[in-house]
Amino acid sequence: MSQPDLRERAERCYDKIAALVSGPVSLMEVCGTHTMAISRFGIRARVPETLRLLSGPGCPVCVTPASQIDHLMAMAREPGVIVTTFGDMLRVPGSKSSLEQERTRGSDIRVVYSPHDAMEIARAAPDRIVVFMGVGFETTSPTIAATMIKALAAGIGNFCVYPAFKVVPPAMDALVASGETRIDGFICPGHVSTIIGSAAYEPIARDRKVPCVVTGFEALDVLEGVILLLEQRAAGKAEVQVQYRRAVSPEGNRTALDILSRTFTPCDAAWRGIGVIPGTGLEPREEFLSMDARRRVQVEMPKDAVDLPAGCGCGEVMRGLKVPTECAMFGTACTPSRPIGPCMVSTEGACAAWYRYGRG
Amino acid sequence: MCLAVPGQVMQLDGTSARVKFHGVERVVQMDLVPEVKLGDWVLVHAGYAIQCMDEEEARETLALLAQIEGEMEEQSRAEAKP
Repeated sequence: MSQPDLRERAERCYDKIAALVSGPVSLMEVCGTHTMAISRFGIRARVPETLRLLSGPGCPVCVTPASQIDHLMAMAREPGVIVTTFGDMLRVPGSKSSLEQERTRGSDIRVVYSPHDAMEIARAAPDRIVVFMGVGFETTSPTIAATMIKALAAGIGNFCVYPAFKVVPPAMDALVASGETRIDGFICPGHVSTIIGSAAYEPIARDRKVPCVVTGFEALDVLEGVILLLEQRAAGKAEVQVQYRRAVSPEGNRTALDILSRTFTPCDAAWRGIGVIPGTGLEPREEFLSMDARRRVQVEMPKDAVDLPAGCGCGEVMRGLKVPTECAMFGTACTPSRPIGPCMVSTEGACAAWYRYGRG
Repeated sequence: MCLAVPGQVMQLDGTSARVKFHGVERVVQMDLVPEVKLGDWVLVHAGYAIQCMDEEEARETLALLAQIEGEMEEQSRAEAKP
């Protein structure tokens, strides 16, 4: 497909969107890659003013509570411990410091591309304890579960995981149930849905009457997803549709889901800036308890964690109550080079995306 | 964080494979896609294949990714101009 073809298709999408929007409509995405895509492609500037594109809690590192980051840093200070993490987590502030700052103070903190690499570090250093920071939604958690199964089978007893996972659909449901924000449709995360399948959103569409469309990450994908949501609304429907057919089926990846449920069981989880949402966390099943970093490295979770500094609007931004520019600190006290809240630190955070690309 | 990129399986050895992305080969784990065969296209996230794709679907995604890269290059060249 040539570029002019793509541009022409995008123009047709914008025309269609303009024709479908007649009053206030709020659509929410819950995926950091969508946050970036909408801003990068300048989609907000091209759609009618009354169509609000909100960023929900779609960035896994942004929603990791400060208390868990503080706990991980305390583990990293223990002799013999190596902390491994995806790079996204490095600069995210805990209460007083970040993993990056702890590293400059001498803790052994290493960035890995894959949990498999963290397991290999453990295999090569049998006299050390290797903690992997288990952040991520359902796209990522099965890769970590598969690594734990392999580590157990290979007898790599010095590999463990700090479980800070989040499960997406019940969090979407809780946002709707809270009634705090008007949500007329969900742009559902693409690769989370590759794993869980589009059928996972059926209860939200059926019981909450909120249309759901699983959408890909390119400009045309997002525009087509928005059109499908607006068409459902115009027809008075609330269904689950898949725009991102290249990678998503109704049933998802059964092998990945089996591996996930063999390894973890649901638990309640705290979301930074939002609070505890029942059933949105994952903790290791009994067979894997020896790989729970919280048992393996006996360090107490530091008390008095500060999730968000005073005046930080990340909580309201992630609940869809504010857009980043409505936070008093946005772009003045809080910038990507001197970030205050987690949404400005992570490149996939809503504030960082708005700062970099404008309102999009 | 949930970014995933398509690549083609060039070599398969148990649950480990060599996958080619843009001409560069990397080792990728296949535990989540036991049905994978040599030559298949897979979607890769955090060092694991999370889904098999057919070639046409993978090429469509790659074409769109290339378009974004092109636009970003264009943008950074424009920004670099005095």
